[in-house]
Amino acid sequence: MKLQLEKIGRTLVARISGDLDLESASLFREKIDEALLEYEMINRLVLNLAEVDFVDSSGLGVILGRYKKIRSRMGSMFLVQVNPSVSKVFELSGLFKIIPAKDSEQEALQSS
Amino acid sequence: MPEQSESRPDNFVQLTFLSKPENVAFARVAIAAFAAQLPFTLEEIDEIKVATSEAVSNCVIHGYPDSLGIVSLKADLVDGMLRLEVKDDGVGIADLAAAKEPTFSTDPERMGLGLVFMESFMDEMQIESEPGRGTIVVMTKRPTSSGQENVHAQQPDHEL
Repeated sequence: MKLQLEKIGRTLVARISGDLDLESASLFREKIDEALLEYEMINRLVLNLAEVDFVDSSGLGVILGRYKKIRSRMGSMFLVQVNPSVSKVFELSGLFKIIPAKDSEQEALQSS
Repeated sequence: MPEQSESRPDNFVQLTFLSKPENVAFARVAIAAFAAQLPFTLEEIDEIKVATSEAVSNCVIHGYPDSLGIVSLKADLVDGMLRLEVKDDGVGIADLAAAKEPTFSTDPERMGLGLVFMESFMDEMQIESEPGRGTIVVMTKRPTSSGQENVHAQQPDHEL
């Protein structure tokens, strides 16, 4: 898994490529939490999953964990460009109901 | 002259590896490639990948929480279906019924969805566990398509 982070105003955009599983979840958690700790003003997290074609329950767990973090600062979180190959696990888990999916980063950046 | 009531597999692979997180991807990719010998659709192959990933992750996280151990993975092609067996010799599960609850999780960062995904994505899933001895998960899945739009037909030149 590769992770690219960009801070746009008070939003942290995380562009992930590769698999989000038990192995990569810990790196993902570490990097996002590091950025959230460094920039206390961040209140929106946008996860771009365009380059992700595998997510399992470990991946969902780490995404939910970041959602709880951003919610604890009254912030919001969005998923962007979820591939059909991974959307089924998001649907089954009910995660789409609490973390809205958007078609583009732009759309997520304009949402509140 | 069948020696057992179970059918003899047409093909099988057996993998044995250490319970390291970096082996989870290896396991699911290997099983997906093997399963592609049957006319599974790409979507079904994705489901097999998730189920394998969950079963192996459980061995790594729950089977051997404080140490490394051996994970054994066996995949059979039998009677036109895939049969997966994932086994560890770890700590086992004390309360299997509680572990099967969708929201059950031993860790707040995890969702307790591993078993739910295995049950949803495979046709059958059975789990047996003995505290102190280990856990074995057996899952089966049969291709739903007639083979008309299988993986080979869709992606003749691609590896999974």
